Amino acid sequence: MTYLAKPKLHHPGLPQNVLGLTRRDYEGAISTLCAGCGHDSISAALIQACFELGIAPHRVAKLSGIGCSSKTPTYFLGNSHGFNSVHGRMPSVLTGAALANRDLIYIGVSGDGDSASIGLGQFAHALRRGVDMVYIVENNGVYGLTKGQFSATADKGSRSKRGAVNSDEPIDLVLLALALGASFVARSFSGDKAQLVPLLKAALRHRGAAFLDVVSPCVAFNNHPGSTKSYDYVREHNEAVNRLDFMPERDPITVDFEPGNTRDVVLHDGGTLKLHKLDDDYDPSDRVRAMAYLESHRAAGEVVTGLLYLDPGAHDLHAALETIEAPLNAQGDAELVPGSAALDAINASLR
Amino acid sequence: MNPTDITRPDYFHKVVDCQWACPAHTPVPEYIRLIAAGRYGDAYLVNWHSNVFPGILGRTCDRPCEPACRRGRVEEGSPEHRRNAAKPEPVAICRLKRVAADYKEDIRPRLPQPAATRNGKRIALVGGGPASLTVARDLAPLGYECVVFDADAQAGGMMRTQIPKFRLPDRVIDEEVGYILGLGIEFRPGVRIDSLRALVDGEADGRFDAVFVGSGAPRGRDLDLPGRREAAAHIHIGIDWLSSVSFGHTTRIGRRVVVLGGGNTAMDCCRSSKRLGGDDVQVVVRSGFDEMKASPWEKEDAQHEGIPIHNWLVPLAFVHEGGTLTGVRFEKVRPEQDARGRRRLVPAGEPPVEFACDDVLVAIGQENAFPWIERDLGIAFDDRGMPVVDRQTMASTHAAIYFGGDSAFGPKNIIWAVAHGHEAAISIDLHCRGEALSNRPAPHVNLMSQKMGIHEWIYDNAIHADRRYRVPLREVTVALKDIRTEVELGFDPRLAYAEAQRCLNCDVQTVFSDRLCIECDACVDVCPMDCISFTANGDEADLRARLSAPATNLAQDLYVSAPVRTGRVMAKDEDVCLHCGLCAERCPTGAWDMQKFLLDMAHAADRVRPSKHAPAAAAAGAMAAD
Repeated sequence: MTYLAKPKLHHPGLPQNVLGLTRRDYEGAISTLCAGCGHDSISAALIQACFELGIAPHRVAKLSGIGCSSKTPTYFLGNSHGFNSVHGRMPSVLTGAALANRDLIYIGVSGDGDSASIGLGQFAHALRRGVDMVYIVENNGVYGLTKGQFSATADKGSRSKRGAVNSDEPIDLVLLALALGASFVARSFSGDKAQLVPLLKAALRHRGAAFLDVVSPCVAFNNHPGSTKSYDYVREHNEAVNRLDFMPERDPITVDFEPGNTRDVVLHDGGTLKLHKLDDDYDPSDRVRAMAYLESHRAAGEVVTGLLYLDPGAHDLHAALETIEAPLNAQGDAELVPGSAALDAINASLR
Repeated sequence: MNPTDITRPDYFHKVVDCQWACPAHTPVPEYIRLIAAGRYGDAYLVNWHSNVFPGILGRTCDRPCEPACRRGRVEEGSPEHRRNAAKPEPVAICRLKRVAADYKEDIRPRLPQPAATRNGKRIALVGGGPASLTVARDLAPLGYECVVFDADAQAGGMMRTQIPKFRLPDRVIDEEVGYILGLGIEFRPGVRIDSLRALVDGEADGRFDAVFVGSGAPRGRDLDLPGRREAAAHIHIGIDWLSSVSFGHTTRIGRRVVVLGGGNTAMDCCRSSKRLGGDDVQVVVRSGFDEMKASPWEKEDAQHEGIPIHNWLVPLAFVHEGGTLTGVRFEKVRPEQDARGRRRLVPAGEPPVEFACDDVLVAIGQENAFPWIERDLGIAFDDRGMPVVDRQTMASTHAAIYFGGDSAFGPKNIIWAVAHGHEAAISIDLHCRGEALSNRPAPHVNLMSQKMGIHEWIYDNAIHADRRYRVPLREVTVALKDIRTEVELGFDPRLAYAEAQRCLNCDVQTVFSDRLCIECDACVDVCPMDCISFTANGDEADLRARLSAPATNLAQDLYVSAPVRTGRVMAKDEDVCLHCGLCAERCPTGAWDMQKFLLDMAHAADRVRPSKHAPAAAAAGAMAAD
């Protein structure tokens, strides 16, 4: 952390996006996390993704639970809405907010403790309902705020900073998300923005429950030999199955991958994902095979990253509940309080 | 690219833009920090060692440091500039220097003392201006017997005769020239050297072991146009007129005055006229306003006093009636590019314009004049009549004769004269000790970590958003009443502190250690100016294009590391780095550190003086022990 506010001065050649904003306009307060924390890199990637997509900051809501990861919404998108909720309860608060106002973009920021332990049930239900959101788990395998105990995502056999060996099976949130029906599932690494930023952009444009598991080393308590969430370990064992480029509809497609290895995926809003295969065996549209692939590579100690599953035609919670198009805050009194006659009519229809 | 060799003194020196641009390489950020700390005496001495005349230069320097100042570049990236609400401006380095001179305590006990014993060598210095005085200051403490000859009654040269008193009062010159003459230097007033041979032969004053020529560029260029001879009584050469004013021989000028020329002398002429009875004073220049040689702030000062500047007018004739000047006639011109891309002035095809006036001041340039140097002495002259002088050693082709200041390479300014003087002194010392002139002492360089605690640095790393502060001026009506009333009041300590805080401390360098880096990206993410990138190595042009922000300022270097663990390199564009230290604060492994780079140019007198930046008490003690 630092006590110095980041100077307002910026590079004279800083580019502007379609809204006339610079990347610096998407920053938040200066981080109070430990120096070198992977979470700060994820915040920087979110800033970059929102800047590049030209998202108006006031059309975003950031929600979080408790933990190092859940502090980070303060450090990006300082002009967005935010709600720092109760430990493990971010998914319900986000679901409620999304139902009340479907016009905002929802970013849920959570950690491995917040989502894989105390909030595991909330995590499961938000995904299976298909809430339209980007759910990010900043996964460092450790309880950083309480000085380094194993979290539920720590790999069996990995060592703590003090030398203790973890004897419990890890929860793989990616496999869980696949099993629960998330329509966009990805894993990335905080130390690889070239991969993370396009994934975040695609997730922000995906309609439905998008889940990202981002391995994010804890420099203070989980960056030592014997850890499987350290910078060195993840760099050595990172198995990227594909590379992604997100093309908003207005930009001409310029990236030229080798033919035959690239697939275009058109999203709801007309944006195009260019998906470049790095592993021929991997098909992100086949959920069952994806799960088998992930399980076998996990057993081999590899960290599989990339876009792992995508259903571009997924329906979200609003479609299932047939909610009205306009947010509740745009409704008049007559619509929100239809009166006793309307209630009588509903009751009568149910008799 | 190969990893940057930061042990080469030039690398970090170049990052300190102001110091690099200063001909005398004054450690600017070092003295600005001392001013902010209220240590005016210490700030003064840092200056005094480098540039000899802090009080004089703090009022009159041509300030090459300011256009170079990084602050001017980084403010282009401010939100205010983006809204066109503010113009980027450098730190007011020059006027901060004056603050050190104005508010210092008595520093005389901390100056070097006259040498206790003489070394038996005698040096003659021709001309008592800034170049000669610098040579004498550097040599006297070593035991050299320095004799300064000057045609005027007092030492100071053009600083005393050509710069108007309302810009540079006599007391400032007296004080700083006095510090030098107090080192046991002999000053011979009223002596004009008519023959260099006689001086070298020791006809009148005994033999000298070396001669330094610092006689300036004393001849003002004339304008030979119709009417020049007839109306001579009211046509004056600018620098001659200025020195006549300076000595009090001239106290009046006509009501209507035309000043010809667009340099700083022209600005001094017009502002002086305004104080001696000229109420209709106009400056007429051949070139356009932006191409004028005068410094922007001097043009501003003239305009502030209500003096109009007319451009694109070439003088045709002095108009007179029976020898009484009535005006100057001009032809209107416009610039045109010729086939070879050079700019020429061509007639605009309009009828001539006449400016009515009672007096004309001709300030169109200065020339060197060496009628007193015999051409068979062994000093080679080039085809323009200038001596052949080595740019590093200041040596002429005669082993014992050295040149400096305006007499070496034509008219420049005080700070160049000082820089020449330092080099000439080193050469003369080497010559007198029988060593090769190429055996020059290296600069003193120090690189020291500024870390005090987890978030604490020895320097103030917060970046202040303040815009440049204006120097308070005396009210125009008051200022114009007396030619000896100083116009600028100078910053007071409060304004000086605020202005000093605008300095980015560019001498506190970002030093990177590739072996400690774990590539967490924290520095990249936090850097407010997008200076830092981790990327695959490449040649310079390729790398410059691939950084977080493309490095388009080719005058600024890239700092490239050896490969880090993933095989990439760290590449930092030095161009707009704020030196805020956030990269070092966010680095979990200490791979970044903020280290103060202090470079002191070698001066001849350093042979007997230990460190120039020793604490005050220790330095005073050391000098007393000398």
